Order: sequence, then structure tokens, then C-alpha cells
Amino acid sequence: MDMAQKEIIRDDSLCAREVIEQHPKEQRYTLAILQDIQRKYKYIPREALETLAEYLDLPVSKLYGMATFYKALSLTPKGEHIIKVCDGTACHVAGSMVVLNELEKMLGIKAGETTEDLKFSISTVNCIGACALAPVMMIDETYYGNLTPKMVQEILEEYMGKKNE
Amino acid sequence: MSKMKTIYICCGTGCIAKNSKIVLAEFNKKLEELGVSANVEGKEEEKATGKMKPTGCNGICEKGPVVKIEPDGITYFKVKAEDVEEIITKTIINGEVIDKLLYFEPSIKKRVRHFKDSEFLKRQHKVALRHIGEVDPTSIEDYIELGGFEALKKAVLQMKPAEVLKEVTDSGLRGRGGAGFPTGRKWNTAASIDTDVKYVVCNGDEGDPGAFMDRSIMESDPYSVVEGMTIGAYTIGGTQGFAYIRDEYGLAIENMQGAINTARERGLLGKNILGTGFSFDIEIVRGGGAFVCGESTALLSSIEGKVGEPRAKYIHTTEVGLWGQPTALNNVETWANIPIIVTKGGSWYGSLGTMEKSKGTKAFSLVGKVKNTGLVEVPMGTTLREIIFDIGGGVLNNRPFKAVQIGGPSGGCLPEDHLDIPVDYESLVKADSMMGSGGMIVMDDRTCIVDVTRYYLNFLAEESCGKCVPCREGVKRMLEIVTDICEGNGREGDIEELLEISTMVRQAALCGLGKSAPNPVIASIRYFRDEFEEHIKNKRCRAGVCKPLTTFIINDEKCKGCSLCKKNCPVNCITGEIKKPHEIDIDKCVRCGNCINMCKFDAVKVK
Repeated sequence: MDMAQKEIIRDDSLCAREVIEQHPKEQRYTLAILQDIQRKYKYIPREALETLAEYLDLPVSKLYGMATFYKALSLTPKGEHIIKVCDGTACHVAGSMVVLNELEKMLGIKAGETTEDLKFSISTVNCIGACALAPVMMIDETYYGNLTPKMVQEILEEYMGKKNE
Repeated sequence: MSKMKTIYICCGTGCIAKNSKIVLAEFNKKLEELGVSANVEGKEEEKATGKMKPTGCNGICEKGPVVKIEPDGITYFKVKAEDVEEIITKTIINGEVIDKLLYFEPSIKKRVRHFKDSEFLKRQHKVALRHIGEVDPTSIEDYIELGGFEALKKAVLQMKPAEVLKEVTDSGLRGRGGAGFPTGRKWNTAASIDTDVKYVVCNGDEGDPGAFMDRSIMESDPYSVVEGMTIGAYTIGGTQGFAYIRDEYGLAIENMQGAINTARERGLLGKNILGTGFSFDIEIVRGGGAFVCGESTALLSSIEGKVGEPRAKYIHTTEVGLWGQPTALNNVETWANIPIIVTKGGSWYGSLGTMEKSKGTKAFSLVGKVKNTGLVEVPMGTTLREIIFDIGGGVLNNRPFKAVQIGGPSGGCLPEDHLDIPVDYESLVKADSMMGSGGMIVMDDRTCIVDVTRYYLNFLAEESCGKCVPCREGVKRMLEIVTDICEGNGREGDIEELLEISTMVRQAALCGLGKSAPNPVIASIRYFRDEFEEHIKNKRCRAGVCKPLTTFIINDEKCKGCSLCKKNCPVNCITGEIKKPHEIDIDKCVRCGNCINMCKFDAVKVK
């Protein structure tokens, strides 16, 4: 993203004031506030980070450090459908990389990236605790288990079909 | 036979993923349609049309969704929405058993009516998981009915803090999060410091991939954790508690919050608990998805609203912890053990487990290539063989057993000749593995040990907080070497270099994560050196996992031409007519290994 350009068109709708002000002005709520912002926008907009810095009287650099340290937080926008490929040990030995490769091939992006049309994001997660279904992935809130490359193709095609409707 | 029947439906995450909520909705719908007044939620006085109230994980996620019908004592497995009508008309109305939905017990080759009669449960001893699957986690009445809060009453009304401390010390309970520090000693330090503000913290940041014991406890029996923490606070003089829970564990957070709120309403938490003047409250903090936050000092830093970096522990957190105050930090499973220790006494708990230093029981999540994937709890000292083969039912599809990984990213893979070692803190460390939080991952011949080593190093490299150089750089270098080996670029001397870096990181890293980071490398090389050498010298991955080192071929003599592999090949590179040996086009093959997994005749091989 072009940050220089972004600064000029500062978008006030992204400053997340209403989310931030629900919490007391104490440093110990920093992570909770960032998580709420993440939940609302599916990422942490620069504007929100600046607003929060002002609110808590902390340097933006500190918050930037938090936003990049914690995996649950992201500084770049995520897609409409978030695909989480479980790469816990049980899934890994059951072939989660095969699942990931298939998704990456179909969407033309790597894990951690988002498609250009902002429809899909792929990420790997460490364990979603559905080891009995390994290898498993989640698309938004739905679990898909015991996956084979063929199944991945079919499932994704269904979501892509929805997109074209 | 009682006319009123209670239908328990497992709605742990494993079963939800297998559509148990759809089954539950179907039950509600069908019961209403048919006008049957059983109830699907767990409470007899409620109508069948009650709202969703899941029971927690029954432990055998592999066979989910699990449906228990009481008082008939019938347990059904893999229940689908289509089965619901039959269950209602046959079992609920007429008391008939539907044979095909019962658990098949392999040891006697028969189906058993009640799950309690299976080897899976008979060999277990549930202490920390005592209520799981038996109570509705959102109901305080269910918990109280099974003796809940008796321990808290006993502690605050009849015992002095020092007496509670003595029971916990006598029990020999050690931290169930992995390191195994004696809980009594930890509490003693915190209790002995004279200050107004002390904290009690529950570590629910279960980060080990393949481990979900803590999540299941918080989801399915949150009151035990709340009660345990309150007793802990009474013992050390704690004023405020925090439960740090992974943000990914939505249901666990919801149920824990519900339990905290209800306990507070009932005067079991908050100001003036049970009218004794003792006050203590618990707040939930959601984790941010950083593995290192499972480390105590990093976790406390995260609660304070900072980046979760650990610090050197010259001074323990029990003395200088959260905001510089004495803090008793224990893991979820440890807290869940506290109420029953207070009720039954420290010597009772101490009588379980090994006679030496590992007392009590330990919960494990048994996953990977094992038949009965799920949650198990056994007395310390049970052998790996008993857990994997007797409780777990052996390796999936009866493939050869290769290794079992214990202790998460800080543990190690143990080979078959180590299956008879007892599972306790000391024996595992001696074998270059560790207890860890309780993930137990079974691996078969289709698992490449070098790849698994790379997997753990990659995990640790990503999760290393970057504060100290040995961990940040050492783990990264090891990852580079092992990645090279997996990609066919391994060189002579790589193994020695890995061991050298391992020794350095083990000695020089700052925190527990770094110090134990080389464990997977050391254990893998110790037990599976030949596999590393095969990768380096022969450029062959015998498991068929490392793609550049793998070529799949079909054995003409064994192939029956069923064409199952052909149908399931994602790149259509398998050719051949029905009932004639098939062939793989090696140039088109993407080495996904789907064919080898599919083949029922063991005809696909790694060249």
C-alpha cells in the first residue's frame, strides 16, 4: 500500500473512535482494543493506530510493535473470505501442506496474502483443535475436514461460484 | 424404564466441526414434531424445545458427534442428522438400541452399549477431566450437583490458608503446563510475601499445536477452573485474578466468562465470598496469538498491555510478577485439579501416579495417525504403548508405527523401542523429550521425521520473539540447514552442525522457549539419524513427503487396477485401464501423495 498517498487522504471513518472509547484509558487494555479494532475492520488501519496512540498517550511505534508482534493482528486488509489452513502437528503429518499448495495454486497467492480483488485471504494457523478431522481448514466459520486436493478444488470452486453470482 | 430421557450431545469443538450443532437442531425439530417430551439439553425439567446448550468434549473426537441417552445408558457415535428420527422412534420411544451407531470395541470385536464399557474409557482415570461431558458447562446447578464448590466452602470456611497449602504441597501436584514446577512450592513463595496486592493468573494460552486439553476444560468445565483459582487466591492472599485465554478459543472464552459471572452472582466470587470477608475476582484477558506468551513472564507482560517478550527469571514471578507484585501463575489443568485435591485431600491425589516425583494424573490430546483421536487422562507412569495402542486403538489403517511426538515444539519424537517408557516428567526428559502441556502426536511410516523437524523449527523460528540472539539466530540457522536437507541440498557435516548449534542455543537462550527449542532436533537425530543421512546422502525421502526427494511408482504385481488413485489424482497423471496395473506419469506428478494414501493394496511405493 502506498503510505504517502494514504496520509493525504486520511479516512476518518477508519479511526475506530467508538471502538476505542469503550475501553478505559489504561495501557493494560491495549491488546484488547487492538483486537476489537481488528474484529471490526478485519485489519488495523493506520488511522485507528494513531487515534489509539493519542487516546492512551503512547507512541505510535509502541502500538506498531504490538500490531506486528501478535499474530491475531494485521496491518493490511484481509479478504472477504478468510481461509485458515490448520498446520498443527496432527494436520501437518496428515498432509496440510498438500491442502495449502492446492489453495495457493488455485488462488495464485501465498499463505499470508490476499487476492487482489479482496475476496480471499489464506493463512496458516497453528492448531484449531479439530485434530480428529485432519487435515482441516476453515473458511470463515465453517470447518472442512479430512481434505484431499480434489475436495479442496470442489470447495473453493463453490466459493468462487458465489463470487460470480 | 423412566419415561423422561435426557439426550446429551457433545458440542466440543471437534464435534461441532463434525456438525453436532446441526444434529442438535434436528433433534429439537424432530422432538417437537413428534411431540416427545425428552429433552436435548441436559435438564429434565426443561421442554424438548429448549435452546442450545452444548455439553463439553467427550474425549473421543474421532467418533463424533457423540450422543448419550440417559438413564438408558446408551452411547451413539458418528450421529448424522439423518439418524435423528430413527433414534427418537426406536430408542427414545421404545427403548430399542440401534446397533449400527454403537461403539465397536476392537478388543472383543463387539459393539458396546455404553461407552463406559470401552477400552478407551476403562483404562483412563479422570481427575482433571472429571466433569467433562457429564455437565452442561453453562449450568452452575449441574456443577454443584456433582460436588462443585464444596472444596471452596471447605477451604474458606473450615481451613486456614496454610492448611490448604499443605494439602496442595502433599498432593505432589506439579505444573501441568509442561515444566512441572511443584505447585505447592510456587504458592508457598507467593504466600510468604507480606503485601496487600497479589495476583492469581490462569495460563489458558495453549499454544502447542496438536494440544487441546486446556481448551476442552475451559469449554466444558469452566467452574472447576474458577473454583481452583479462587482457592488459590485464598491460599496465597490473592486479590485479583486473570485468565489469559487464546483469542482463537471463542467458546472457551464465552463459557469461562459465563462461569465467572454466575459465580459472582451466587456470592462464590467477587466481594465477601461466602460471607467470609474474603474478596477475589477474575478478569479474562484475550491472548494475541503469540506462542511465546505461554511463557510465564511473557504472558504477564502481555496482560500488562505490552509486547509479550519474556525476561530472564533471576527473580521468579511468584515474587515479582504482574505489575511487580507476587503472582501465582498456573496452567488451566493445574487449576482444575485444585478443587478435587482440597475435597479429597493431598494424600489421595499423591496416591495416584508414580511413587517418585510424578504424582496424580495427566491429560493428553492423542492425535495424528491414531485410531481413537481424542482427549485422554491417565495416571502418571502409564506407558506410551498403553496410551497409544490400548486406549488409542493403534495406528490408523494399521500402518506401521514410526514415532510419537510429545511435548509440543519443545519435545521430541520417540521411536518404537521407547514405547514402554512410563510417561512421567523424569523419564521423558531422560529420553530427550518432555512432558509439555500434553500433546501426543502419533506418526506412521508416511511421516518424514526430517520434515517434522523442519516443521517444528519453522514454528519456533516464527514464534521466537527475537529478544535474545541465540534463539533468534540459532533457530533460524537450524531451520535453514534442515530446509536444505528436505529440498535435496543437504551436505555432509550438516548433522554435526545442527548438533553444535543445538548445544549453544540450549545453553545460551534467555527463556524456556529458546532453551528447549533444540529439543526436536536433538531427539530426531538421536533416534532417526539414518533417515537424516538417507536424505543427505541418498537424496531419498522414504516417507514420500519431501517432494524433491520423492518419486512415486506403482508396483505392477500389487496393483489390482481399482483406479481409486486415478479418480483422486488432482493432476490426472495416473493412467491405466480398470483391472489392469496403473502407471504414474512422473513428469506430471506433483507428489501430493494422495495415491499412496488412497491405495488399499499397498501398491503405491516411494522409489
